[in-house]
Order: sequence, then C-alpha cells, then structure tokens
Amino acid sequence: MNAPDFPDVTRRGFLAGAGALVVSFTIPVHAQEAANPAPAPAKPLALPGSLADTPLLDAWIRIDADGSITVFTGKAELGQGTKTSLRQIAAEELEIEPAAIRLITADTALTPDEGYTAGSQTIQNSGTAIRYASAQVRQILVAKASEKLGVPVEQLKAQAGKVVGPGGVVVGYGALVAVDFLHVNAAADTWLKAPETYHAIGKPFARVDIPAKVTGGEAFVQDMRLPGMVHARVVRPPSYAAKLTGFNEVAVKAMPGVVAMVHDGDFLAVVARQEFQAVKAMRALAMTATWQEQAALPDQDQIPAFLEKSVAKVGIVTSVGADTMPGARTIEAQFTRAYQMHGSIGPSSAVAIVDNGLTTVWTHTQGVYPDRKAIAQMLDVPPEKVRCIHAEGSGCYGHNGADDAAADAALIAQALPGTPVRVQWMRDQEHLWEPYGPAMLTRTSATLDDKGSIVSWHYDLWSNNHGTRPGSAGSLIAGRLMAKHFAPDPAKLQISPLGNGDRNAIPLYDVPNQRVNWHFVADMPVRVSALRGLGAYCNVFSIESFMDELALAANADRVEYRLRHLNDARARKVIEVAAEKFGWSNDPMPEGRGRGFAFAKYKNHAAYLAIALEADVDRDSGAIAISHVVCAVDCGEAVAPDSIVNQTEGGILQSLSWTLYEAVHFDDTRILSADWSAYPILRFSAVPDSLEVHVVDNPGSPYLGVAEAAQGPTAGAIANAFRHATGKRIHDLPYTRERVKAVLGV
Amino acid sequence: MKRFWMSVAVLVVAFGAGLFAYARKPAIGPVQPPHRSAFDQALIEKGAVLASVGNCTSCHTRPGDRSFAGGLAVPTPFGTIYSTNITPDPETGIGRWSQAAFTRAMREGVDRAGNHLYPAFPYDHFTLVSDKDNGALYAYLMTRQPVNRRPRANELPFPLNVRLVLAGWKLLFFDKGAYRDVASQSAEWNRGAYLVNGLGHCGACHTPRNRLGAEKKGSHLAGGEAEGWAAFALDAGSPAPVPWTHDSLFAYLRQGWHADHGVANGPMGEVTGNLGRLPDADISAMATYVVSRMGEPAPQRVAKAREIRTKLSTDAGAIPIPVSAKAETPTGRGAVIFQAACATCHDGSRPQPFGGLDFHLSSTVNAPSPQNAINTVLFGLPAASGRQSAIMPGFAATLRDDQVTDLLAYLREAFAGQPAWPDAADRLAATRGGKYPVSVRPSDGIERGPANVGAQDK
Amino acid sequence: MKLSVNGVPHEVEADPATPLLYVLRNDLKLNGAKFGCGLGQCGACTVMVDGKAVFSCLTPVMLVEGRQIKTVEGLGTLDEPGPMQAAFIEEQAAQCGYCIAGMMMRAQALLEAKPDAGDADIRQALEPNLCRCGTHMRILRAVARARDKMRSTSAASSGTTGRAS
Repeated sequence: MNAPDFPDVTRRGFLAGAGALVVSFTIPVHAQEAANPAPAPAKPLALPGSLADTPLLDAWIRIDADGSITVFTGKAELGQGTKTSLRQIAAEELEIEPAAIRLITADTALTPDEGYTAGSQTIQNSGTAIRYASAQVRQILVAKASEKLGVPVEQLKAQAGKVVGPGGVVVGYGALVAVDFLHVNAAADTWLKAPETYHAIGKPFARVDIPAKVTGGEAFVQDMRLPGMVHARVVRPPSYAAKLTGFNEVAVKAMPGVVAMVHDGDFLAVVARQEFQAVKAMRALAMTATWQEQAALPDQDQIPAFLEKSVAKVGIVTSVGADTMPGARTIEAQFTRAYQMHGSIGPSSAVAIVDNGLTTVWTHTQGVYPDRKAIAQMLDVPPEKVRCIHAEGSGCYGHNGADDAAADAALIAQALPGTPVRVQWMRDQEHLWEPYGPAMLTRTSATLDDKGSIVSWHYDLWSNNHGTRPGSAGSLIAGRLMAKHFAPDPAKLQISPLGNGDRNAIPLYDVPNQRVNWHFVADMPVRVSALRGLGAYCNVFSIESFMDELALAANADRVEYRLRHLNDARARKVIEVAAEKFGWSNDPMPEGRGRGFAFAKYKNHAAYLAIALEADVDRDSGAIAISHVVCAVDCGEAVAPDSIVNQTEGGILQSLSWTLYEAVHFDDTRILSADWSAYPILRFSAVPDSLEVHVVDNPGSPYLGVAEAAQGPTAGAIANAFRHATGKRIHDLPYTRERVKAVLGV
Repeated sequence: MKRFWMSVAVLVVAFGAGLFAYARKPAIGPVQPPHRSAFDQALIEKGAVLASVGNCTSCHTRPGDRSFAGGLAVPTPFGTIYSTNITPDPETGIGRWSQAAFTRAMREGVDRAGNHLYPAFPYDHFTLVSDKDNGALYAYLMTRQPVNRRPRANELPFPLNVRLVLAGWKLLFFDKGAYRDVASQSAEWNRGAYLVNGLGHCGACHTPRNRLGAEKKGSHLAGGEAEGWAAFALDAGSPAPVPWTHDSLFAYLRQGWHADHGVANGPMGEVTGNLGRLPDADISAMATYVVSRMGEPAPQRVAKAREIRTKLSTDAGAIPIPVSAKAETPTGRGAVIFQAACATCHDGSRPQPFGGLDFHLSSTVNAPSPQNAINTVLFGLPAASGRQSAIMPGFAATLRDDQVTDLLAYLREAFAGQPAWPDAADRLAATRGGKYPVSVRPSDGIERGPANVGAQDK
Repeated sequence: MKLSVNGVPHEVEADPATPLLYVLRNDLKLNGAKFGCGLGQCGACTVMVDGKAVFSCLTPVMLVEGRQIKTVEGLGTLDEPGPMQAAFIEEQAAQCGYCIAGMMMRAQALLEAKPDAGDADIRQALEPNLCRCGTHMRILRAVARARDKMRSTSAASSGTTGRAS
C-alpha cells in the first residue's frame, strides 16, 4: 500500500500557486443565518476545543483553487467512526456534502498537535475546533464573495460549495481562494448554524471506512505493503525484568531469508524477506535465547494488601462540608478490580523507513506527536527527524502495544536504511507486554439520615497512575530494553478535573458532605496504563453498587433513590428514559433473575448514561447470563447518532466481558495470560438476547465525549442485578463462576 | 442388524424371567416439596460435594441451560435417552419425591412411581452409595432452584421402550447393595473405592460393556468408551507413556491437567471440572484407589518413561522424524503435515495446560484405539465461554481423510514407536460421516459445549 | 504451487509449511484475512476452503493445493458488494472492523451449508470468532440480513428459472 490518503505536499506549499493576493482580515463574526442565529454552545472565553492550542484556521482547513476542501485533525480513527463524524461537522458549517471533504488524520508533518486520541474527546475537542473553524471559514468566504461581487454580506449565503446571492449571482469557493487567506487566528465568538438548518449533523451517514473493511480494501497499518518491504519480528524477554544472558546469533542469521538481526541490550529482533521466514527465525532465536529472571511481581491473590502497603502519597480529590455528620446509620463497603487487558484482536504492528536521516513510522498510536517525541529521544535525534503518521489498527481501547510496536519498527529500521520494515507482534507479545488497566481497591462509607437520604460520604481509592503513555523513551518497551535502558518516567500523583485513577471518584449525587481521597500507588510491578475509562470503571462500579446498598438500607426503589439524590436535569432525564424503556418495576421475578440499574456522567464532565438490565444467575454452575439491556445516553448534540449507538453498544458488551470474566493472571515472576485460552473474553454464546441504546439528543448543545461512558455503569448494573437476583453482593471484579459459587454457597 | 436381533432375543428371554422375578415395584407416595429449612445447611453442602462426585450436572443439564433441568440427549447404542429433570419442581422434577423414593432410585434404579430406570442412570454404581450420603444428595437436590420443564421422551425401539424389560436386565447384571469396606485395605483406599465405584461411577465409562450395555464383570476399569471417546484403561493396561502416580493423578483430578499427561479432554473435562468442590482428602483417596488398580508399572514402562523425560529435557521442541518417514510413505507425508500444521503449538515450548502437549507424553497417541486422536484432530478443543480453557482448532475442514490417516500414522510411529492403527481409516469415516457420534466439549470441565456434533464439522 | 483463490488460479512459490494466511496476504496481496492470534483462537483469519470455514493462520498452504479457497474479496467488490458485504454495510456492523472479514467468512460458510440458518445457528456458528469492540449485536443482525438477502435472491432466481421453463 502506498501511504493511504497522505499527500506528499505541505499545506502552504500547495497554496503558493493558488493566487497572488495576500489579504489580511478583520474576521466577520456575525451570523450568516441572521434571521435565526443560534448562540454558540456555552460561549467560552478561550477559543473552543483544540483551537485553544492551534488557533490558525489553515491548520484545520484548506481550500484549493479547484474548490476542493481538505480538513485536518490531529485525532485518529480508532474504530469510533470519527473519520465520518468529523466530516459531517465540517460539512455542516462549510455548506457542502460530507463526502466532498478530504480528511487528513493525525500526521506529525501535516496535522495539528492534538495530543492523544483518548478520553472520548475527539468530537468534544477536535470536532468543536473543526466546527468553529469551518463556520469561520464559511464566513470568510462569504465576506470575500461580497468584496468580489459587490453584494452586501447580508444578501449572500453559502450553499453547496458556492456563495450565492440575489439575482442568481454565484461564485464557487475555489474562485475565492487566495494565498494564506486562511492563515488567520480563530475567533472565539464565531456564530454557528442553528440546529433546524442542519443538513449533515445528526443525519444518518454511513461510515466511510466500512466498505473497504468488508471488501478487503487496504484499511489497516497491518495491510501496508511498501515496495521492498521486509518483515521483522521481535523476541521479548520471558518477564519484565529479565536480562539477556545469551543467544545463538550465527544459527539464526544463517536461516533462509534472514536479512538482519538486531541486538541492543535486552532488545532482540529478526528481519527476513518473507513474513513466515521472520516467524521461523523468531522462534529459533527465542529457543536459543537465555535469560536471567527475577521474581518481582506481587501475589495475585493479595492485590488489595499490595496496594495498601505501597501507597506513596494521598491526594485529596474532593473535600466538601463536614468530615462526619450524625445520622441514623452508617454503611460501609470495599470493592476491588483485577488487572485487565485491552486485548486488541489485531496484535500491534508498525511500518518504518529510514530515509536520509528521517525516520518515518506508520503507526496506530493514539498520539503521533507524543510518540514522535519518545521515539526521537530513544533514537537520540531531534523530533524533526522522526515523522509519525497514523494508520488504523485494530481497536485499541486505550494505551495498548501500538506505541511500542512503532518504537520497535523505528529501532529495527535503523539497521536497514532505505528499506521499509514491517513489525508485527505475535499474540503472546501483545497479551504479555501491553500495559494493563491497573488493579484497584476502593472503600466507601456513607451516613444516612432517618429518611434514608445521604448526609455524608467518604470514598477512598487505591490505585496506580492510569497514564504511562509516551512522551519519553522510558515509556517505550524498546527504550527500556535497549542497552541505554531508558527509565520509565517517575509516577506522579495529579488530581485534575477530568481525573485519572480518581476519574468519577466523586459521586454526581447530591451529597452535602464529601471526602474523596486517592491513595496513590507509585510502584508499578505490573505494567499499567490507560484502559478505556481509566479509574471510572472501578469507581462507578463501586459507587453504583454502593448506591444500591444505600437504597436497600433506605427501603427505597433503586431508581427513585438515585433520582432523589440528583438535581441535574439531564442526569434525571437519562435515568428516566432508561427506566421507562426498560420497563423498570419492583414486580417479583423468578428465583435467580434480577434487575439492575446504574448511572454515571462520564468524568462528571462528559456524556450522561443510564443503564438497566436483567441478569439470570445459575447458582449451581455460577454462570451469569445477561439477557436484556436498555441504555439511555445524552452526549449533547448528537453528530452521528448511529456511531453513538454503535460505540455505546460496544462499551456495554466490552464492559460485560471485563465484569464477568477478565483478570490478568501472573505468578511471582511472569505474566501467565498469554493468549485467549488463558485470558478468555466474551464470545457469542454469552451475548445478551437484546440490547437497546436510546440517544437523548440535545441539538445545539456542546458535544460530550461518549465512547467510554458505558464502562462503569454496565459493571454497576450487572453487580446490582446480581444482588437483586441472589440477595448477595459480590464486591470484587470480575464476577467469575468460582466467585459466584463461593459467594452464593449451596 | 443381526447383532440387534440377537440382543432382542436375549432380552425377550430376560423379559420373561424379569416378569417372574421382579414384578413392577410399588409407587412411593408423593410428598409436599420440602422447604429449605427442613435441611441442615451442612447437609446441603455435603450434598453439593457428593453431587459433584456424581457429576450429576453433566447428564442432567443441557448446554447453557438451567442446572439439573434435564433434557440432555444421551446417545446409547440402543437409542437416545433424554435425561430427567431432577430439580425439585413438583410437576416435572422430583419435588414430590420423598427421601425414601430418592434413596430407592439410587439403590435400585426405580423411580417414585415404581418404573424401572434405564441404566444410563448408573444405579449399578449408585447402589453402593450409603443412606447417609443419599440423604445429603437429597437435601442438596431438593434445595436447587425448581425448573418447570418436561424433558423429551426417550427415542428407543420396541421392545426396549418397555420398561419392564429392564427388570430382566437387572436380574442379569445388577447387584444391589451399599458399599462394604474391604478389611485388608486402608481407610483411604476404601474411601477411594467407595467414591470411584459408587457415586463417581468411573467404570461407567472406563469399563468395557457387553452387548446388552452392562459392564463386563471381569474387566473392571479395563478401558471403555463414553460419548464417542475412548475412556482409557485405569488398570495395568493404562496407555499413559509416563505411568500415573498418586501425585500426578491427584493433581490431574484436582486441576484438570498434569504436565506429564496433558489436559482432561472430551467428557473427562467435565469430570475434573466438577471435582472442584471435593476436598483434597477425597481426591487423594480416589487417586490412591485408582493407582492401586493400575499396580506397579512394569520395568520396561518405567525405563520408557525415563527415556521420554531425558528426551524432553535435552531436545525440547525437536520434531522426531522416524527412519521410515520417506516422503512417499504415510508416515513421511504425515511428518510434513505435522511440522506445518501441528508443531507450532505442539513443540512443547509452552507449558501445560494452555500449550500444546508434546505427544511423547500423550495417552491418546499411545492408546490402542485411534478414536480420541481422530476426535481431537477433527474437532479440536472448542473454547469455553468466559472461562480459561485450552483451545485447539479442529482440522476437519482442512484435512482430507487421507491426510488425517497420514498424520495419525506419523504420530503413532514418531511418538509412540508403534505401527499405524489398522482401524484408523474406518473409524475416521464413521466419525466424519456421523455414524459414530461424538460429543465435543470445551476442556474447562464445567462449561457445557454444543450438543453432540457427530459428523458436523465444527 | 497452484492455488485457486476466489475462482482465480494462482501460482505461488512458498515453503509448503507457510500458513495460508501469509500467502494470501503477502504473495496474493489480499487484505481480507487478518492475523489475530496464529493459534486458531480468535477467527480473524477465517477463510473458506471447499465451502467450509477454516483458520488460515493454521492451515499450511500445502494442504489446500488444488482446493477452492474463498476470501472476503471473493464475496463482492467495493462497487458491487455481495449480499454478505451489503448486509454488513447496511447494518453498519463494524467498529474497528479488524475481526469483520473473518466473521463474514464464517457466516458465509454457515449460510452456504444451511441457507435457512436460524438466529441460534448463527450465534453457535460464530462462537469461534472474537470481537473486542463489542459489535456482536450488529454482526448477528448483519448475518441474519445476509441470510434473508441470499434467500430472496435464490427465490427470485429459481422463480425466473421456473418461468423460463
């Protein structure tokens, strides 16, 4: 494959020939739809979304003399469908069809630096930036048309790629292009189109990437085939801290097709002309390599004790009102979560080529700029000597092996300048080396008044940092293994509004007196990083499990009890919609069946999501079947409703898999969960009979990140349905059959 | 067909005798389903352990369905029997059974109404169970969740569908009576014998049966079959290349696998899975008894085992190429298939239970019948849903019949040092064609796999 | 070595032990079958051989010489998607899409063998294939839709034959 969709031109170079006129602008900020202007959502003081960091309009949008439009985003398509929804957003304000837009995604040579594609922020940040930039560009075009046609701006409007006016006057966008005409800063108070005039936002557009993916098109970095490309495989140590003590270089180098072997400290890789030759050489090298290992992992059965004794610092997440309050009764509980895996179906892969001192890496990283920085440090070159281009990989759900595979490819490619090198990890390499979602321990205590209302709330959580993404070479496996042995960045406790381990640790419920603390565990014997939702998964599981216990103690309906503690109208709305569509009731159910409900506003800043479901528990086998699921979600204005449904369905089923089955297993030295036999995930036989997602649309309101919103609530709802079905609560994730049987007894 | 009519003739004779000797048994009056409070919790818990020894759930639960609600099709050489609902549902289960009725079913193979039960329900073993243990089992089953479901009627030809025929069968083959300790043996041995031969009903699969479906008296644990799988001999004829010891058998029964033997496969997977509730002492007792049945291994077996261990420690991963493996022989062609399709996992580089077994250790490859090798090659080990389990893909769609027999010839010669199985091609055809039905289950023990797949290529 | 892939004969030079997956992807430049585990545990590499679904990652190319191999590229094209592909597009049955071609090939093998497969059959048939994005509900709907499309197509074509005769 040639680099898909990546033009070998620069923005400004391309524009140089487009016109001679250099103009400066006073950016017109009045609305085009003067008759019915919609106020900008939550009008900010600073520039909205990612415009705050990248204010120049031509960083986002380019219009060529032929009228073609290119939109740039620093975010990457990870399977959420944003290649489609970002086009919808730009097309809306630019008054063209989404299909007419050429979209360039994350590329350090071409696109804005938008950090990581993470935290459900693509639409919220990049989408918002593109929305405002597009609106402003449209207004610039109208203003230029006004100059050109001599017609007042008020009488002109943009329509289908042209500016049209009274008496059939019309001028195409291309004719209005001038050099650097978009090389201006964004304005904070650009007016956006009103929802009732939308032709693209909220409309059903089929995803642009799906046809290629169902017909065998080149869709993934794994599918890239550059001329002369060779195949590399890495040989990893058997455990994190193992040291290479020997290997048979001669025998492996003599194998058919082998063109190079890379040995740098504890880093080992082989390169061969054909892929299967590389696989065989990898196996042979692994057979001959000897390692010195050390027992450095905690006892898997004593994770809470390990977390408690390893606290480096305690961070105050919130402290509101009094520490303690008198009440009728106080209830306490403790919850835990195991280390869990991203488990991408496609093991990580990357292609790299060193050409004239420039290392170019095609990678499914979530952050081309931070990855570039880390790789440059690892290679000891300035960042300009590395270009990272995003190409799609298998769904990642957070920080998986993508950055590490990119680093592997970059490092191996140094041995073969001019030759494209494709690295493909094997299944066990992905399973054993990806950074896992950290294990957690939470303790909660609440005091209820005599009416059952919560008067005070204490919540403590124990967790590692959930973000060890690149930025520095020590975050890359290759950087750590190579002879230079770059050290990982020291873990630092940071309390931020969006949260990390403490994400969603503050309940959204109205509780006057709250104490929330993060007991920060700096030591990371098991490699961890960001997994979809970060701490929100375990925190929402804990809080929602606990809310059910409080409702029970207050003798209240569990949905009503939540509503009783919520004033936020949108929160109430999703809860009511989910309950109504589910048919929530307190009617008795057959033995072993139960209803569960849970709610959260992701990060307390993003999408609102409520979920109700039914569980069927077989006490004798310990099996839990989730039969019927109904979810309601409000993520502000719904740009691509079907993508929201798709992402939410996916979040629910993935969380169901985490919640029922998943735990990384290890002994004192090695990770043992090397493949799907040792780390089972959801299969079709356990998929619910029905799953409904209802989108509560709020046209005109700001975009709220949605892709991770279901992770915590799903776990809470399963926990609560189990409690309802059996009268017993399980406090520890996952809900394995052994655990179910142990808790229920016979 | 001829064999069938001979069976019928024998049965007709037995039928007359049966009528004479055993009249229909009296019904035992119905009771109100007892409430949970009628039972001591400790008794219920004891019953749970015993039910797991009896592997009750395996036959009385359909894959993915409610435990003990019955309806599982149990193929027998005589027709298909559907397991009964043994939940305490009063209409369709055993909710109206008194303890006396339950104990009689276990001891005598007669239901509450007085009908003789088919010996697919292994009362020839359960008769050994003590009254006390039957009381615990009763307490456990009567406190399960009732499920209102009537299983399908059995599909048996005349005259086998007449239950009185069973009276004759019992007269010929059934010895009633609770277990009695063998005074010359230790308490642990006796406990093991009680569990293995009673509730554990190991002989139901591991003892060969005669044409009328009864276990052959003189061949106790000499190797039988179950649901399309060979159940290996648990006596001196054990095909295990490294002889079983008390410790290895204990570990295998405890965890479902052992490094010297691989993972429990086929119906045995469920057995080891269900033994999970048993205390170590009982598992140890079972191992003690079974190993005593196997006896001290012959010196040549011990020497062979030592040789295998040496080979594994010095040439791990080396693929054996027998001298006869010329390209044009079955063994030669099989060697090429093995290297290409099997060695990736079966090179012994990844430990049990999730790595492929090194076939030097395989009872399957060393067994007198190729059946388990055929089943495993064709159907593999399906993944268990949501539970750790060894997974192996089936090769039914990949390998043609001649390629399977070539591969088997290679495995047999290279790893067992024996000539190719003479009946491999016939058995392969019968298995693939569905004439010989095979149950294919995941290896995790408890997970119920798909229904009997027989010829269906998975 | 002679291979027939999607009805087209190919001559490839490869180590006979090479997994079919690598031959399809690298020698024939077909992207549909994906590397997922190399162990037969996930189904991302599923293709059809003589009408049956197999894991191409564990199928040595020498075993499929002279047999009919079908990949997702053989089900239709971008411009003229076949019924299975059209159904997946209509249901928008993909998130990252990495597992999808394997799902489609397993489903295709099911429907070719059992055109009236019920929803339970579809679930059971897809059991060997993993999806991590949680697209299962859509995949099930897409396969059911493909079944209906194929049935109506075959009904229509048999109807045409009927009129012609």
